[in-house]
Amino acid sequence: MSPDPPVDPPAAGEESAPTDAPAAGEPGTATGGGTAAGRRRDLSAALLIGVLTLLLGFAFTVQVRNSDDEQVLAGAREEDLVRIVDEVSSRGVRLRDQIADQRSALRQLTSSDGESASALEEARTREASLAVLNGTAPARGPGLRLTIRDPDDELRVTDLLDVIQELRGAGAETIQFDGVRVGLSTAVTGAPGALMIDGRPIPAPYEVIVLGSPQDIETALNIPGGVVQAVGGRGGSVDVVQQPDLVVDALRPLPDARYAAPDTDD
Amino acid sequence: MIPILGLVAGVLLGLLLDPTVPLWLQPYLPIAVVAALDAVFGGFRARLDGIFDAKVFTISFVSNVVVAALIVFLGDQLGVGAQLSTAVVVVLGIRIFGNAAAIRRHVFRA
Repeated sequence: MSPDPPVDPPAAGEESAPTDAPAAGEPGTATGGGTAAGRRRDLSAALLIGVLTLLLGFAFTVQVRNSDDEQVLAGAREEDLVRIVDEVSSRGVRLRDQIADQRSALRQLTSSDGESASALEEARTREASLAVLNGTAPARGPGLRLTIRDPDDELRVTDLLDVIQELRGAGAETIQFDGVRVGLSTAVTGAPGALMIDGRPIPAPYEVIVLGSPQDIETALNIPGGVVQAVGGRGGSVDVVQQPDLVVDALRPLPDARYAAPDTDD
Repeated sequence: MIPILGLVAGVLLGLLLDPTVPLWLQPYLPIAVVAALDAVFGGFRARLDGIFDAKVFTISFVSNVVVAALIVFLGDQLGVGAQLSTAVVVVLGIRIFGNAAAIRRHVFRA
């Protein structure tokens, strides 16, 4: 390995020209063709150098191109291959661990998502039915329309309370009394002829909309000693009309619980 | 001028043809390239020193490549191919550095 720059003067190169360049080999005239041989020697040397550098450039490019590929593995040595396999397999183990972690995280997330979704759904349904019971949301459904006439202003608070009780007992789910929604804390006050529900005066005749099973409620109203008879006893009358689709749209304000807080630990 | 033209032409050829290196050549090609690079640097330095000789350059080029490949081949046979090729690359790298330093002295006078 001694490609060091030649120590010889250029003259040495001239002497070795014939062996160096095959083209210049045949004449071998050292006397007359001095300059011609020199020129030919120059040419062949340039050609050789060109070919060598071309080879170098070619090999360089090919190698650079090649070392980009995965194909390098095919020519790799055994020990290198062992190392590479080692690295790859440990990387595979790490990646597999990661996959397992991500999978379990995903499972947790989806299951908790499903749980919270169903809990939310349940809460919505509860909220809706509570709102209907409470009178804070409008409701619609089958029911009855009662018209209670009181021409003599004889109906008292207790009579209206009886009506409400009777309706509730018969399974009424929500009641609207002359445009006032009847709820948990509804109060009937006033004197005969000037009755009020929840402080709002209700003019006779009283228009009552009830949502619930129409047959049950109508039966309950008409039993002997029931609402119809009691109102009739005071000179009034009750018209009962069953309707398949009624709308209760009067609302009650949501009461603020100032003292009672929900007990959550049950 | 000719070496530069040759290099450029070789690079272009390599890019255009894009051949695959045969398996048996794969361990030796990089070493051969480094050895040839060393010869080219040596030739360039000799040119700057004014003592360039085409014959010496050619022989050094070829023998450099052959010897480097031979060492790696021997190393492979002995089971120390990886280490020996590292050694060859280190030695050639040192020589390239030395030649580059000489060239730098010529070009920048420093």
